[in-house]
Amino acid sequence: MFYDKLIFELSSEDRVAYRLPACDVEEKCMEDILPKHLLSDEEVVMPEVSEIDVIRHYTNLSKLNYGLDGGFYPLGSCTMKYNPKINENMAALPGFKNLHPYQPVDTVQGALAMMYELQGMLAEVSGLAEVTLQPAAGAHGEHTGLLVMKKYHEKRGDLKRTKIIVPDSAHGTNPSSAFVAGFEIVEIESDDHGHIDLEALKAALNDEVAGLMLTNPSTLGLFEKNIKEVADLVHEAGGLLYYDGANMNAIMGKARPGDMGFDVLHYNLHKTFSTPHGGGGPGAGPVGVREDLREFLPVPVVQKQADGTYILNDNRPDSLGKVKGFYGNFGILVRAYTYIKTMGAEGLTRASEMAVLNANYLMACLKDHYYLPIDEVCKHEFVLGGVSKDMAEVSTLDVAKRMLDFNVHPPTVYFPLIIKEAIMIEPTETESLETLDRFVDIMLQIRKEADEQPQLLKSAPHTTNVKRIDEVKAAKDMILKWTK
Amino acid sequence: MFPYIPNSLKDEQKMLGRIGIEHVDELFRDIPSEVKLNRRLNLDAPKSELEVTRLMGGLAAQNKNTDQLVCFLGAGAYDHYIPSIIDHLTSRQEFYTSYTPYQPEISQGTLRAIFEYQTMVSNLTGLEIANASLYDQQTAVVEAALMAISAVRKSDTILISKGVHPESRQVLKTYFKYRNLNVVEVDLYDGHTCPNNLRSKLAENVGGVIIQSPNFLGVIEDAKALETVTRESKAKFIMAVDPISLGTLRKPSEIGADIAVGEGQGLGNYMNFGGPYLGFISAKEDLARKMPGRICGQSVDSEGKRAFVLTLQAREQHIRRFKATSNICSNQGLLAVRATIYLSTMGKKGLKEVANQCLSKAHYLQERLLATGKVQKPFNDPFFKEFVITMDKPVAQVNHQLVEKGFLGGYDLSKEYPELGNAMLIAVTEKRTREEMDAFVQALEVIL
Repeated sequence: MFYDKLIFELSSEDRVAYRLPACDVEEKCMEDILPKHLLSDEEVVMPEVSEIDVIRHYTNLSKLNYGLDGGFYPLGSCTMKYNPKINENMAALPGFKNLHPYQPVDTVQGALAMMYELQGMLAEVSGLAEVTLQPAAGAHGEHTGLLVMKKYHEKRGDLKRTKIIVPDSAHGTNPSSAFVAGFEIVEIESDDHGHIDLEALKAALNDEVAGLMLTNPSTLGLFEKNIKEVADLVHEAGGLLYYDGANMNAIMGKARPGDMGFDVLHYNLHKTFSTPHGGGGPGAGPVGVREDLREFLPVPVVQKQADGTYILNDNRPDSLGKVKGFYGNFGILVRAYTYIKTMGAEGLTRASEMAVLNANYLMACLKDHYYLPIDEVCKHEFVLGGVSKDMAEVSTLDVAKRMLDFNVHPPTVYFPLIIKEAIMIEPTETESLETLDRFVDIMLQIRKEADEQPQLLKSAPHTTNVKRIDEVKAAKDMILKWTK
Repeated sequence: MFPYIPNSLKDEQKMLGRIGIEHVDELFRDIPSEVKLNRRLNLDAPKSELEVTRLMGGLAAQNKNTDQLVCFLGAGAYDHYIPSIIDHLTSRQEFYTSYTPYQPEISQGTLRAIFEYQTMVSNLTGLEIANASLYDQQTAVVEAALMAISAVRKSDTILISKGVHPESRQVLKTYFKYRNLNVVEVDLYDGHTCPNNLRSKLAENVGGVIIQSPNFLGVIEDAKALETVTRESKAKFIMAVDPISLGTLRKPSEIGADIAVGEGQGLGNYMNFGGPYLGFISAKEDLARKMPGRICGQSVDSEGKRAFVLTLQAREQHIRRFKATSNICSNQGLLAVRATIYLSTMGKKGLKEVANQCLSKAHYLQERLLATGKVQKPFNDPFFKEFVITMDKPVAQVNHQLVEKGFLGGYDLSKEYPELGNAMLIAVTEKRTREEMDAFVQALEVIL
């Protein structure tokens, strides 16, 4: 039976799910102490339920979800790799989770030591000089990195650099973050392989351009072979090169953005470094910069002093400022640090090799059955262009929805925007050959159904708790909260 | 072999055969040799679970946590009680290993939890709509300010009270500076925001006025008076609030606020050395299309069953790109679920009881401290769970000695509010006992 309750619908007057110790000082209530005009005249509506009600309700809700531990999750660009359980245990150590951010620094030396070392490890993997751990997510990291670029031009007195170039294959956050950082966005078209079109780039570069944002491997999963030339062009024009680290899982230990000529980068620790996605966060988006941009990083910076102790340094006159409360999503940093320590140099490199092997294997198995617009060696992901080049009847959405009936999370669909009917598949290194083969079998069966029983796909999913949902109605009705 | 990478060398050979190559290196041929890393990464060798556990335990042991030090420190992060069931429920893999609910047919659990969360935030603030969460209070203040600027024609300036968390003001200044937008601070008088100073700074180009209540110094602001002054202009009125106080204190909707934001860490989330935290935002219905981030809405499926889905997505970056209301993508989903479970557990009565215990204990401690004659109170305004005391010695030095006696003393205000002298902001939550507070008073008395 489908569980269709909201917690408010379980409410029954005077039920409680908590008990606090009796108040051991003279009890005061707001009404006694505060003037009446500061007090609310209304009752707050909250559920009145017992502990077992809460437990059963959220356990039942969880069963309506699809988690990574439950099955394959080949979401392109999202790097849904296995989230190791030891990471959760380490983040839950009282010595980490029960720390107040404003404790005296001599009482948090272990936390600062961990952060300092993590900055160094992330710098090493990126080939850049210094890393800040503050940004809370990838998009937040993009914004921080773009402000570093702004600050760099400003410091040089080069004030007319108001534009950021973004390829049309970029993640939506790239142009959006550039806008929030106060830039104008210049979009350039990619070539027919999804790479940067060098002629288009040359035409767009001038003394008003602050920089170029690039994902490498690109959102099509292809390595930008002309990267050195792209970097030279941008630098010759006086701009900086920004690396969107969403696809970092393809190249750890193989190549480093800093060595390719990138000046600024953000990571997504919840992609590359295995921290859980949490149904939509929290993540973490550390930002790395080259040597001469270090002074612009946000404050505070974790520093090691000559005597071996650590401090949080706020005193950085050229810093771009503060971008977030406190020092970053520390609990996520603990998990990423644990992961890097577990994997080591060899493990991270092996992870990228296997992520790329798994993707190429799936591509080889599927390319004769689905439309593959660009047939060349891919990195950690590849993009199909729907069922076939000329089939209009069955859409990518239909294929994705049918996949739900086989207990597999569908790949990312309709992104990147430059491939029609895109199906973007990223298996990650944490999947076995058997899982990949089962996925191929499912894809082939769906392909067969597309020819023989297209209606089966168009009306999918058939086995899920709810069927296709009316999104237009949701936007029109705007029912955004429960009311009695 | 690595425990998280299942394929063996045999598997690898099979797969390479299918692709038609002999070695994995061939898959990296497309990386030009001049940018290839031709050395081992300079990181440790792989470690076993036992070794990593030992290493992490050692690092954790170098910190003094709030199980070891009795915490009177607040200032935006609070040592509130966290019911055990929260960890158990949010440890379910279906919640914490899942992705953003873009495939709603297999994400009704997360979507329903978000819908409940939005309802709870909206019920607390009294404002009609809430989103699925933001990073923290600081960035929520920024998002609210940008909403106001976008909603008020020809505005380019936000007024923000010096009673708002100093870090919220700093982050707002960073975001605004690079957009050529202005942030002007409104002065405090006697611990609260000065209405006359606010009036003197209101102008045509002001898009919003931001206050915090209880403010950073613990004082409950006369928000209605400040709202009334704000209404002399077309600026939006924005309040940063403590959700724990909203079972009792006047809601932002009763005050007439357009937007309410705040920090949800205290709703069942650990202090985590400053993150991850939970920013919430709530607004009047007419601002729905200017809301940042994800919003969950109710609809029906093709069989007419009630179903939930992310909605109003035309506001968001993956559809609208640079014209989006915000660049936010990942938010704080799991922490929003924790807050939802917390509020379900505590319910209407529990929220009020937590608030009253904070209030009673904070007032008890203030009276006891003043009775020593060694500390003074700089102002008489009403407060909730935090208050300021002043003393003869520098607060940093006092706090250092308090740590030796097993206490985490209050926040040192000397940097952000030098006019208060040696001032300490003390927080008291429902977790503190009379015994702990009496011992704290005694320790302070000895130190001073």
